[in-house]
Amino acid sequence: MKARVTVTLKAGILDPQGKAIEGALRSLGITGIASVRQGKVFDIEVEESDRAAAEARLKEAADKLLANTVIENYRVEVLG
Amino acid sequence: MRASIIVFPGSNRERDAARALRLVCGCEPHMVWHADTSLPPGTDLVVLPGGFSYGDYLRCGAIAARAPIMDAVRAHAAAGGLVLGICNGFQILCEAGLLPGALMRNAQLRFTCKDVYLRVERSDTPFTRGYNAGQVIRIPVAHGEGNYVADGETLARLEGDGRIVFRYCAPDGSLDPKANVNGSLAAIAGIVNERRNVLGLMPHPENHVEAALGCTDGRGLFAGIAEHLAAAA
Repeated sequence: MKARVTVTLKAGILDPQGKAIEGALRSLGITGIASVRQGKVFDIEVEESDRAAAEARLKEAADKLLANTVIENYRVEVLG
Repeated sequence: MRASIIVFPGSNRERDAARALRLVCGCEPHMVWHADTSLPPGTDLVVLPGGFSYGDYLRCGAIAARAPIMDAVRAHAAAGGLVLGICNGFQILCEAGLLPGALMRNAQLRFTCKDVYLRVERSDTPFTRGYNAGQVIRIPVAHGEGNYVADGETLARLEGDGRIVFRYCAPDGSLDPKANVNGSLAAIAGIVNERRNVLGLMPHPENHVEAALGCTDGRGLFAGIAEHLAAAA
């Protein structure tokens, strides 16, 4: 099964990289962007046919390694 | 005193740490490979050295924190053994959950390599007994991700329990925001765990132990550790 885990910074955690990207967009003349926060996307193939089991395994992966839950949130999507 | 230095793929300050231990503590440290599962018997001090373990992939220290040797390091800390994490070692300790919080990209987004001033906040830990509380020392930093963050509750606990042991400061010891080299919360440069047997710090005391290099302010940390271990023996 194909799946995607998205890792983003928690609200309230300063994101200097996001700020720099925001500034770069402004200098490119791309207007109307209020703020940018950057994160990570993991595209994962799971050897599992059961959706719930795949989701559980990916949650474990995110908790143990993909995300640092001190500073980051994550979202697991099983795409099928 | 028996010291073990953990070597990860991408560590690059392990020989600096070994040299400091040799010069100041007079001990010959063991190099322990990250894939090993046990520490040499009798290890008093574990050092997680600086560098770029696993190329900083995923997050700084994230992969190293899950290396096979880390269970032994965790057990050593749980038994009250000393653990010193310098720079990448501090990042690894946070990722491993041995210290709270996390180290993020420097606020100014640049890798910073220069001498900074640190205020030693307390002298009653195994790592700082070689200094006086309030003493200002000059120590080099070399990192791109040393911006310490933690939630409000964690910070309140660190402050309340006196677990912040080094802060970035001006040469006179005052907390000038300009001296906070990476934008760390509360100017935090180094913290200890609750039992005060695990220290993580971003600066490199191991690089200021020889007069030939212009400064010996780092010696106090290693001398303090040796003194603590001698007193405990």
